Amino acid sequence: MTRLTIASVAAASLFAGGAYAQTEITFWHAMGGALGESVNAVATQFNESQDDYVLTPVFKGTYEEALTAGIAAFRAGEQPNILQVFDAGAATVIGAQGATIPVQDLLEANGTDFDIEDYISGVRYFYADSDGKMIGMPFNSSSPIMYYNVDALEAAGVEPPKTWEEFASVTAPALKEAGYTALAQSHLPWIFTENFHSRHNLPFATNDNGYDGNDTQILVNNDAIKAHFTALTEWQDAGYFEWFGTGWGDNQTPFENGEVAIWLGSSGSFGGLAKKDLGFEFSATYLPYWEAVTTEPKQTFIGGAALFAMAGKSDEENAATAAFFNFLASPETQVFWHKDTGYVPITEAAYELAAEQGYYEEAPAAEIGIQQLSLPAGDNTRGYRMGFYVQIRDVMNREYGRILTGETSVEDAFATIEEEANALLSRFARTQG
Amino acid sequence: MKRAGFTTAWLPILLLVPQLIIIAVFFYWPAAHAIQSSFYLQDPFGFGSTFVGWENYTHLFSNSEYLRIAGFTVIFTILVTFLSLGLALLLAVKADKVIRGAHSYRTLLMWVYAVAPPVAGFIGLIMFDQSWGPLTEFAQMLGWDFTLGVTYFDTATAMVVVSVWKQVPVNFIFFLSGLQSIPKSVREAALIDNRSASGRFWDVTFPLLAPTAFFLLIINITYSLFDTFGVVDTLVKGEPGNNPMTLVYKVYVDGFRGNDLGGSSAQSVILMVLVLALTVFQFRMVERRIHYT
Repeated sequence: MTRLTIASVAAASLFAGGAYAQTEITFWHAMGGALGESVNAVATQFNESQDDYVLTPVFKGTYEEALTAGIAAFRAGEQPNILQVFDAGAATVIGAQGATIPVQDLLEANGTDFDIEDYISGVRYFYADSDGKMIGMPFNSSSPIMYYNVDALEAAGVEPPKTWEEFASVTAPALKEAGYTALAQSHLPWIFTENFHSRHNLPFATNDNGYDGNDTQILVNNDAIKAHFTALTEWQDAGYFEWFGTGWGDNQTPFENGEVAIWLGSSGSFGGLAKKDLGFEFSATYLPYWEAVTTEPKQTFIGGAALFAMAGKSDEENAATAAFFNFLASPETQVFWHKDTGYVPITEAAYELAAEQGYYEEAPAAEIGIQQLSLPAGDNTRGYRMGFYVQIRDVMNREYGRILTGETSVEDAFATIEEEANALLSRFARTQG
Repeated sequence: MKRAGFTTAWLPILLLVPQLIIIAVFFYWPAAHAIQSSFYLQDPFGFGSTFVGWENYTHLFSNSEYLRIAGFTVIFTILVTFLSLGLALLLAVKADKVIRGAHSYRTLLMWVYAVAPPVAGFIGLIMFDQSWGPLTEFAQMLGWDFTLGVTYFDTATAMVVVSVWKQVPVNFIFFLSGLQSIPKSVREAALIDNRSASGRFWDVTFPLLAPTAFFLLIINITYSLFDTFGVVDTLVKGEPGNNPMTLVYKVYVDGFRGNDLGGSSAQSVILMVLVLALTVFQFRMVERRIHYT
C-alpha cells in the first residue's frame, strides 16, 4: 500500500513536471529574520506573477557565509543561479571573471533594453566594472544616514547638526547638558571610513578607488580622517560620543533606549526602527561633514548587497534569472521592498512611484537615504573595489577599537591600517595572476 | 599461551578498510590539500593561483597581529586548562565526601556538560550583556566597569570564564570516578599514617589520580585550543574587531570570512603540527613517568 502511494506520488510529480515544464532556479541570500520574510514575499510574488519559472530562495547565513558557500558550490559545480554578495565581497566576485554573467549582458541577451541611467546615481556604479558595465544587480541598497531623537534635540534646544564643527561646538554640549550622550554609530569602516571619503570627495584608494586595476594602494592614511578620529577621541573624553564595540546592535540599542540622542546607522534601519515602540519621536537627515575639509559635500554610496547571476547555467535557467531581475527592478516590486525593509529603491522610476503614492509625506525619514545617494557626485564617490576587503575591514575594526579603548594612537593606528591593507591588496593581486 | 590471530592476511586488512577509507577521506585527503594550498595564493573561485613557496608562512611569522593572537592563545590555554582542572578537582574531592544526597549533587555538577559550546557562548553573552547582564552588574558592584566587546581584557575574561564553566563538568566526572577507584584500604592506611587531610591528599590521593589528571591535561589543552571556537565566535558575534581570538578562530576569519585560502591553509598546517607535537609529547615524554596501575 505504502509502496503504491509513493509510486503514484512519484508518477504524479513526474507528470506535473512534464505538464508545466517550469524552469526552476535557486537564489542564495543572507537576509535573516524580518528581511528574510521580505525576500520570501518577493519570491512568492514573482512565482505568482507568471507560470514559466519557479524561484526558490535559500537563506545561507551571514553575508560572509553566503559568499563562502557560493564559492564552494561554484568550485563543486553546484552553484545557485543567483548569489547575493555584499559590498565588501564585490572585488572577490567581480574579479573572478567567468564565475558570473554580468547582469547587463544577461538582461540584454534576454531581450531587455538595459540603461544604467535608469538607476539612482549613488547606486549605479558600485557593482560595475571599470568601463561602467553593471556586473551585479543592486538588491538591498542602503547608505549610512544620521538618525536623531527629536525629543532629545528639542529638550536641548538644538537642530540636527549639518557639520561636525556644529556638532562639536553647539549640538553635543547642549545634548550633554540635557542629559544625553550625543553620538553613537554602528559601523566605523563603513560610515567613518568608506563613506567619509565619499562624502568629502577624498580618494580612498589609487586606481580610481581600485576600479581600474589590481595593483591598488589604499589611501586611508590621510590628514582628514586622522583629524576625524582624533576628534572622536576628544568627544569620547568629553562625554559626547560613546563606542559600544564592533557589534552593530550594541551601538543601536542605547539610541533605542533613549540614552544616545544621535545615531549613525543604515537607511535600511528605518523599517526596523519604525516598527518598534521607541517611546520618542525619531527622524533622520544627511551625514554631517567637516567644513574644514570641504564646503561642497558629496553623495555617499551604497552598502548592502547585490545579486550576481552565476555562470555555468543553461540558457533556459538564465532566461529565468533575467526574468526575475526584471521583476525585481520593476517599480512595483521596488516600492514594496523599499517600504517593507527600509532599503532604498534602486531605480528612478521606483523612487518616483513611491513619491507619487505619498510615502514620503507619511515617513519623511525614509527618503533621506535616496536623497543623500542623489546628492552631487564627485570623482571619488562611485564606491571602491578592493580585494580581501573583508580582512581590510577587520584590520580597521581592530585598530579603531584600539584607538577608542586607548590602546593605540590615531597616528599609529592609521599607519598600521595602511601597511596591513596594502599587504593584503598585493596578496590579492597575486591571487588573480 | 596460544596466540590468537587471523589465518590469512587479507581478512584483517579487509576489516580495516572501512575505517581507513574514512580516515583517508576525512583526514588525509583534506590535510594534503591544505598543505598544498598553503604554498599558493589563489583566487577563491579557483580561476587563478600563484605559487609562493613558504611566503604564506613567513608572512604569518612577520605579522605582529598573528603573533599577538598566538600569545593570547597560549595564555588562554594555560588559564582555561588550569582553572577548569583545579576547580573540577576541588569539586570532585568535596563531592566525593558527600554522603547524603550525593547523587543530586553530582548530577547538578555534571549537567553543564550537555551544553554545546555555542550555546555556552550565548549564555555568556546574556550574562555579560553590556546593559543588563547579571555578571556585568556584579562586576560593576565590585567597581569594575566591565564592557564585553569593547575592552580587550574584559572580552578575554568573559571567554575564559565561559570556557572554564563549560569544561569543569567533564573534568569533574573524570576526577570523581578517579577518586572512587582509589581502594578503600589505601585510604584507611593513609588515615592511620597521617592525620592531616591536606597531607593525605597531596601524598596519597593526588599521586593516585595522576593518570586521570594527565589524561585530562591533554584533553583540556586540546579543548582550549580547538573546541572553544564556538564560545569565541558567539562572544565576539562573528566580528572580532579589537577583541582577542584564538588561533583556530583566526583560521576561520581569514579562510571562511576573508576567502584567503592560502593564508588560512598555512595557519591550519601550523595548528596540525602543533597537535602532532602535543601527541608525541603525550606518548613519548610523559607516559613513561605516569604509572597507570
